[in-house]
Amino acid sequence: MKKINVEVNGKKITKEISDHTVLSSFLRDILNLTGTHIGCDTSQCGACVVHVDGKSIKSCTAFAADIDGSKITTIEGLTKNGKMHPMQEAFKKHHGLQCGFCTPGMVMSAIDLLKNNKNPNDREIRDWLEGNICRCTGYQNIVAAVKEAASKM
Amino acid sequence: MASLVGSRVERKEDKRFLTGKGRYTADINIVNQTYAIFIRSPHARAKIKKIDTSKALKSSGVVDILTGEHIAKDKIGGLIAGWAIRSEDGSEMKCPANPPLAKDNVNFVGDPLAVVLAESLDEAKEAADLVKIDYKILEAVTNLEKTMESDAIHDGIDKNLCYDWLLGDRQKVKEAFDKADKIIKLDITNNRLIPNAMEPRACVIDYNTASEEITCYTTSQNPHLSRLIMSAFGGVAPENKLRVVAPDVGGGFGSKINLYNEEIVCSWASKKIERPIKWVAERTESFLTDTHGRDHITHAELAVTNDGKFLGFKNETIANLGAYARVFGTVTPTYLFGPCATGVYVMPAAYSNVKAVYTNTAPVDAYRGAGRPEATYTIERIVDKAAIELGIDPIEIRMKNFPTEFPFKQTLVHQIDSGDYVAGLNKAKEMSDYDGFVARKKESESRGKLRGIGVTTYFEACGIAPSPVVMMLGCGVGLWESAEVRFNPTGQVTIYTGSHSHGQSHQTTFAQIAADELGVPIENIDIVHGDTDKGTFGMGTYGSRSLTVGGIAIVNACKKIVAKGKRIAAKMLEVSEDEIDFSNGEYVVAKSNKKKTIGEVAFASYLPGVRDEVKSPLPEGDEPGLIESSFFDPANFSFPAGSHIAEVEIDPETGNVKLDKYTAVDDFGTIVNPIIVEGQVHGGLAQGIGQALTENAQYDDTGQLITASYMDYTMPRADNFPEFNLGFTCTKATTNPLGVKGCGEAGAIAAPPTVMNAVINALGGREIDMPATAEKVWEACNEMKKTNSEAA
Repeated sequence: MKKINVEVNGKKITKEISDHTVLSSFLRDILNLTGTHIGCDTSQCGACVVHVDGKSIKSCTAFAADIDGSKITTIEGLTKNGKMHPMQEAFKKHHGLQCGFCTPGMVMSAIDLLKNNKNPNDREIRDWLEGNICRCTGYQNIVAAVKEAASKM
Repeated sequence: MASLVGSRVERKEDKRFLTGKGRYTADINIVNQTYAIFIRSPHARAKIKKIDTSKALKSSGVVDILTGEHIAKDKIGGLIAGWAIRSEDGSEMKCPANPPLAKDNVNFVGDPLAVVLAESLDEAKEAADLVKIDYKILEAVTNLEKTMESDAIHDGIDKNLCYDWLLGDRQKVKEAFDKADKIIKLDITNNRLIPNAMEPRACVIDYNTASEEITCYTTSQNPHLSRLIMSAFGGVAPENKLRVVAPDVGGGFGSKINLYNEEIVCSWASKKIERPIKWVAERTESFLTDTHGRDHITHAELAVTNDGKFLGFKNETIANLGAYARVFGTVTPTYLFGPCATGVYVMPAAYSNVKAVYTNTAPVDAYRGAGRPEATYTIERIVDKAAIELGIDPIEIRMKNFPTEFPFKQTLVHQIDSGDYVAGLNKAKEMSDYDGFVARKKESESRGKLRGIGVTTYFEACGIAPSPVVMMLGCGVGLWESAEVRFNPTGQVTIYTGSHSHGQSHQTTFAQIAADELGVPIENIDIVHGDTDKGTFGMGTYGSRSLTVGGIAIVNACKKIVAKGKRIAAKMLEVSEDEIDFSNGEYVVAKSNKKKTIGEVAFASYLPGVRDEVKSPLPEGDEPGLIESSFFDPANFSFPAGSHIAEVEIDPETGNVKLDKYTAVDDFGTIVNPIIVEGQVHGGLAQGIGQALTENAQYDDTGQLITASYMDYTMPRADNFPEFNLGFTCTKATTNPLGVKGCGEAGAIAAPPTVMNAVINALGGREIDMPATAEKVWEACNEMKKTNSEAA
């Protein structure tokens, strides 16, 4: 067991956790932040992407014990004062989601892309999102949403 | 109020999904829950000699371990095939028992035989490792072509044959073939796919010891059907003591139609241990145990004249059912496949003969399109082959054989009410710049690349109906859909639908059609689904039936509401009903300013006397309230159709296939919400293109699934696709009041032959099977080079 201090969605949290608790499980099972989803067991699907200190990571691959002292943002932390993040708005406008399961990871990943590349073209968006699998949308409206968000952010 | 049908309305469901507030089954936790881990066979075929749970039962945190012996002792029934199919000789199909936990034999890798229930997931996993099972391993049957000559997997099922089915007239086909100038022959496999909804299957069971009611939260496309099967065949609990809730469900694509072993076992076990149980599949479990799709071997022949007219068609197929026959397992390769195998063409004679066989692999059932993609792939590949052999342009040969009049009686079963295949193909030709292909091919060649173009024209039969015909063909249930529209006294509307949305956007589309019917703002309309305690019985969502069947039930219930409202309004306004017009939510007396809104009428219907102290606004014979329901059973299937054109560029040095252009022109009849329909087409295309280029479920000879993770099964990703170019034509369906046809499966049906025809075109007619992986294409390119150099 290890005690960790982290900031999750702007809230300071101290928890005692076992050494092998992965971040996704810490968020979902201990903090009840179920917006972060688990879609696979090989770090391939990207449904669990969150931001740790501003960078997107697959939360199923990090031990919670290793991120002691970090700032974590999950899909639940994007909305500010009841207003959705421009990326969330763009996904809605362009129908960039259907069943919604891959969506949290997709949105978190796309936001990190725009931090690295303010004005990505279609190819750059598709290449970046290679680590996020969506089975519903065929990705086209996701690409449109990311482009729209880039113009708004 | 402007009509919402046809508008690009943003989805009502999106906000919760985008803010992480979706509520999927795995998000549900119940106080005092236990965790289930299933013990599954690591062998494809084996006898269970002994299960020793003694050590595991003593492991920390274990609550109980239950096996096939326990479930058999409690007389809990298993999983069933939903359709009874007869063989050509009239005999009944043969189905093995499929107990929820195997007791004597295991028949595929992943077949569950015990469940460990523990206080935590980790403890359940640790205990599962301590369960000792002694197997007698038997030789697995996995080679589809040799299945009928192999050992019988199930007792009493000779040749592993479920049925040998025929649709059509062999004699007529023989006569047509005798008259032909040429017979085109084609041997193809339709590769096995794994649906891969992004949300793994899960269930959370809560047994209430006071009411003796079981609540089963589960990842289902049809909770009522699951309840029916679990009660009637599983004997887990009577229907009134069983509540099945399918909350937000993260995709289905057919794989969540079936009730599965885990739901039956956990529901039964929860009652036994009197505690809640949670089970969530890991992705590899999903790969191993979700129902798979496709998996056919087909020999087809097309009889043609020298000028490209079709005279007859035959289709001989072996379909893999996997280890057991499940809900749509037996109908998918028969009535959903056979009739569609003649495609959109006038075909004077045809038959489809299908042998469905059991193998030691996961059960195969409906996957997006179910039977229709396999049919379309067969006919569209052979039509292209005919075009090549006769030296006719692929568009021209299709145009020559289209029906010109509707209704069109298709050869084998379907009476197609409406369509215009010529218009669709012409539009696709124009949008794809078909005529510019030669120049683009030249340009590709200048860079050392091969370019190919592929065409497909398809039709789909969706919204399976009507129930009496469906049941005559062997279905165990009717395929109607229900709706209940409740006007609340204060003016909002709650609509219960038996359809289930797991990405299809019912909350928006259904609200749009109800808003138009009732003249109520869309914000005031809520769509409720997925809970057997909340809604009327429903048949669920599959086969592109939600709008064409479930949506129309809503329209019809709304029409009943409007009619009752009119009777009430007439009484309130003291005029006769025929003096009143209803539009935009208002009952208006003709040529006057007298009117009542539907909200006022609803209020009065619940509170008769409030507005008028003595007289009730309710006409004689009408009861209070404004609630109406409808069960809609369409007169026929609906028949969407379309033409798709793809272009690929192949690098002969690597065999890499780049999908460069994709044009889809579809006729879905009336489109309620274009943005949602476009999304459905995109998604279907991605799955169809995935089948053509990347996806393949591969078992080895011993029956191990060697593509059981995302490291091995090549899911299509964002960088696999170009931007799709979409167009629409519209001929309205005549079998429903909105004129709608289904749209969900179109892309998955049309894309495989479109892409493969393009690949084969680029390879100069060399045939390869799906998926067109770099290795296969590279070999074909080398062969091509060799042939070309020999010719030179």
